[in-house]
Amino acid sequence: MTSPASNHSAHSQGFWRKYVFSLDHKVIGRQYLDLSLVAVTTGMILSWLMRLHLAWPTRSIPGLGAVASEAAGGIITPEYYLSLMTMHGTIMVFFVLTTAPFAGFGNFILPIQIGAEDMAFPRFNMMSFWVTFVAFIVLIAAFFVPEGPPLSGWTAYAPLSAVGKDSGPGQGWGQTLWVISIGIFCIAQLLGSLNFIATTLDLRTKGMTLARMPFSTWAWFITSVIGLIAFSVLLPACVLLLLDRVAGTSFFIPAGLVISDKLQPHAGGSPLLWQHLFWFFGHPEVYIAILPGFGIVSHILPAVTRKPLLGPRVLIACMIAIAFLSYTVWGHHMFMSGMNPFSATVFSVPTLIITIPAAISTLLWIGTLYGARMRLNTAALFCLGFVSVFVSGGISGFFLAQPAIDSYLHGTYFVVGHFHFVMGVASMFGIFAGLYFWFPKMFGRMMSETLGKWHFMLTFIGVYCIFMPMHYLGLAGNVRRYSAFTVDYMKGSIPLHRFITVAALFTGAAQLIFFYNLFRSRFWGPPAPENPWEATSLEWITSSPPPHDNFGGQHPVVYHGPNEYGVAGRDGDYIMQTSSEPEPAKVAS
Amino acid sequence: MTAPLMKRPPMPAQTGVWVGIGAITMSFAAYSSALIVRQGASPDWVHFTLPPILFLNTLVVLASSATLFLARSYFGAMASSSDSPHAEAEGPPSWLYFTIVLGALFLIGQILAWRNLAGQGLSLASGPSSAFFYLLTAVHGLHLLGGLAGLAYVVYRIRRSSALHAVTSYKAASLYWHFMTVLWLYLFAILVTRI
Repeated sequence: MTSPASNHSAHSQGFWRKYVFSLDHKVIGRQYLDLSLVAVTTGMILSWLMRLHLAWPTRSIPGLGAVASEAAGGIITPEYYLSLMTMHGTIMVFFVLTTAPFAGFGNFILPIQIGAEDMAFPRFNMMSFWVTFVAFIVLIAAFFVPEGPPLSGWTAYAPLSAVGKDSGPGQGWGQTLWVISIGIFCIAQLLGSLNFIATTLDLRTKGMTLARMPFSTWAWFITSVIGLIAFSVLLPACVLLLLDRVAGTSFFIPAGLVISDKLQPHAGGSPLLWQHLFWFFGHPEVYIAILPGFGIVSHILPAVTRKPLLGPRVLIACMIAIAFLSYTVWGHHMFMSGMNPFSATVFSVPTLIITIPAAISTLLWIGTLYGARMRLNTAALFCLGFVSVFVSGGISGFFLAQPAIDSYLHGTYFVVGHFHFVMGVASMFGIFAGLYFWFPKMFGRMMSETLGKWHFMLTFIGVYCIFMPMHYLGLAGNVRRYSAFTVDYMKGSIPLHRFITVAALFTGAAQLIFFYNLFRSRFWGPPAPENPWEATSLEWITSSPPPHDNFGGQHPVVYHGPNEYGVAGRDGDYIMQTSSEPEPAKVAS
Repeated sequence: MTAPLMKRPPMPAQTGVWVGIGAITMSFAAYSSALIVRQGASPDWVHFTLPPILFLNTLVVLASSATLFLARSYFGAMASSSDSPHAEAEGPPSWLYFTIVLGALFLIGQILAWRNLAGQGLSLASGPSSAFFYLLTAVHGLHLLGGLAGLAYVVYRIRRSSALHAVTSYKAASLYWHFMTVLWLYLFAILVTRI
């Protein structure tokens, strides 16, 4: 097949071309994962600072005063707390949960799973990574501008985000850099999504029909469609916000707004317009973060249970339904914005309906587990963990989907617990599952299973200790976004906050095991065979790591779906997608 | 190579342009809905007379789509005779250059429209209607600039590489260019009815 991708495999490979400005989707995928590793570490340190301050509001944090002038003497001010929160949320949502499971793994694995040599547009692919990198640098630069980082949250609600430095420290250059960074990030994601869609549609190898695509490829494909639509709306929103900040327009700033005793020179804008535009992106973004996890778990589960995934077509239909419905629910983030109660009901209905495909997917995973003799390796454990935290976090979504209950819970830690479970931790577990599963393919070496299992156990216990109590805090009326709970009526929550802080530090420390395992295995792990997990999809027919053009000049031909487990195949209880053998009868269990 | 080149299944370049059209449509839907919401949000919306040159610009961009369409027969011939070496000796067709010139004229016309607006004392910051005028025309102009780059790339492809690549890039670039024309007609309708 003639394609733009086939032109570059013969390029000479200098250092810069090979490791830095590489056109190879595998290198770009690893670059995304490296970037998100830096980002997640930064985001985690920020969360520790917040947790330490919440637990011991009057204690000085050693060394903090020296690196951040906003926290003189190591005491975090309320404004600086909000800055930490804003940067934590922005870094985690954009540069970890979007970057790692979608752009990172998708880039590395998707072209191989469909039997392509590379992405459809390798140059766009390289650009999308480096544009993401620039966006990250611009965001991090907000830490180093004189007034410090922005404080209007990762949602950047107007008019707080729109009026400039009158509205608080960090709302000057810090907030401007935030808007620019997110705008740049949108461009990168649009390039990336475009590439994923064109690649999946046009570069599938012979025999790789849509029905034979692995679930992970389906998930990345659907995610890229969601991302294409969502980031196309966030980019205009960022342009409008930037113009409000630097060009004197009034898209989001209402008339007669007085901030810090100063009448703002803007008139007539609509703060709610920002919320609509932002959440039209923001809710689909949740699915951009979680759907790759759906795909990864659905891809790994059959390989570790040695059974075909239950209802493969139903699962794909569920993911498509979720993608479609994700565009009809944004108003549920705005129940408290003063919207008409009728509108709130209208948004509440699809919000409850979207739980149906999510619940069906969960049941399919659990059904696949039923009666299986599982190979309980680390990837399998993280898949189980994914299902567990997705259910735990998903159930609290039922409560929040109802406007009457949300009006009580919206401003509390209940919401913090909910979205950290269902979006943050579930996606992270998807990332970990994918990493433990594909690491041998990516680096040609095996990770330590013993260390991996310790990492899973401690992390699993840790995240439940962190986020489960938050639901109780929220039910008790503990408000979120406050930097300290020192007033009388909230003092009672401090012991529980201390427990959460200790759990957060403990869970963070458990990640050191992961880092150690990652770096040790990268260089000194035992060499990986071609197909260590006896899995069926195309990434396992090539060497570990794959050659530059993925299949060494071969064009694989596909005869089977990815779900052929639990059968009497030529090599064992599975049939490779490329195997020309006919489908045998199922093995009686 | 049995099927004629013009009737091949879609190439990634063309798929990519279709997907890009989807994304650009979404972002202009966002701008348009922002315009409608902002107009209804408060009574400070000022209607002003559109610069007359916009009507001329509309004709220019329509003409550019027509000239690009006329270039089609050249690529059709190139595709059907791609096996013979003579086909690549010719330079790009003059219709293609006409299109590029008309595209550039359109952009110059848009800048003249801005100057007209500035002459009336209407700036980005002076009110929401003029802000949206500048914004929509500027964002469309930036996208059209990308279309010009695409057409320039087609010229480069004709001069430098095989008929297959030239035809592929022509199909992708012309799809994008016609979309830019349609997008302008949509924006022009919005400007006429709302501003």
